[in-house]
Amino acid sequence: MPLDNVVFWVFAPISVASAIGMLLVRNAIHAALFLVVNFFCLAVFYLLLDAPFLFAVQIIVYAGAIMVLFLFVIMLLGVDSNVPIRERLVVQRPLAFILGAGFVAELALAIRAGVGFSTKAPAVFTANEGGNTQAVAKVLFTQYFFPFEVTSILLLVAAIAAMVLAHRKARAVTQAEIEAIAEDEAEMPMDGAGARP
Amino acid sequence: MRTPVAYYLLLSGILFMLGTVGVLTRKNALLIFMSVELQLNAVNLSLVAFSRLHDDLTGQVLAFFSMVVAAAEVVVGLAIIVAIYRRRRSVDVDDVRELRW
Repeated sequence: MPLDNVVFWVFAPISVASAIGMLLVRNAIHAALFLVVNFFCLAVFYLLLDAPFLFAVQIIVYAGAIMVLFLFVIMLLGVDSNVPIRERLVVQRPLAFILGAGFVAELALAIRAGVGFSTKAPAVFTANEGGNTQAVAKVLFTQYFFPFEVTSILLLVAAIAAMVLAHRKARAVTQAEIEAIAEDEAEMPMDGAGARP
Repeated sequence: MRTPVAYYLLLSGILFMLGTVGVLTRKNALLIFMSVELQLNAVNLSLVAFSRLHDDLTGQVLAFFSMVVAAAEVVVGLAIIVAIYRRRRSVDVDDVRELRW
C-alpha cells in the first residue's frame, strides 16, 4: 500500500469527523477548535496533492489568522455566557440532512460520470517543475497578474470596511436634532442646566 | 500518486455537504459563519485535486485567490457580527430578521 494512500485514509476520516463534530457541539469555542483540526487535515491533503505552497498558506492563513480571528471574536462577545438555549429547528434539521445526503449521492454520480472512480492523476506533476512556489509565482505574476492586483484592492477595502463597521464612534447628532434642541431652548425659559433635554 | 482523484473530490463534496447542513441548522451567526468557511475549504480541496489531475497550476492559483477572498470575507463578516452584537446583545440570527423581507 503506497504511503500517500495510507496518509489519505488516516486523515480523511479525521477531517470528516471534525466537520461533524463542528456541527454537533453546542459551544462555539469547541466548534472553532474542531474547525482548526479540519483545516490542518486539508493542509495535509494539499501536501499529498503536490501543493506545498498552499499547504503553508492554509496553515498560516486559515488555521492561523482566520481561526485566531474567530476565537478572538467569540471571546470578545462571550456568546456562551448566558444565552438561553432555544428550541432547535425541528423541521429544518432532518430536512437538511436529507438534502445533504442527496447532494452527496448526486455528486458521487457526477464524479463517476465525469472523472471516474479509478482515474489517477499523472505520476509526475510536471507543472511543478523547478519548485511549486516558483511555479505558482510564475503563473500568478504573469497570467493572473490583473486578478492578483484586484485582490489586493479587495483586501484593502475589506480592512477599511472592518474598521468602519467595528469602530465604536460617538453617536452622530443629526442637524434635525440640533435644531430641535435649539427650538426647545428657545421655547422654554432657561432655568438651569437640568432643563436641557 | 496512487490515490484516485475521485476520492479527494468525494471528500470535498462530503465536507461541503456538512458545511451546508451547518448553515441550514445552526442559529448562532458565528457558527453559521464557520460552516461557510468549511464550505469554502471544501471547494478549495476540489480545486487543488483538479489541478493535480490535469497537471495544471491554474487550480492552485484559483484556490489561492479563494483563500484571499475568504480572508476578506471573514474580516467583514466578523465586523458585521460584532456590530450587530453591540446593538442587540445577541448573535442569534432569529433576532435579526428585519432584513428578511
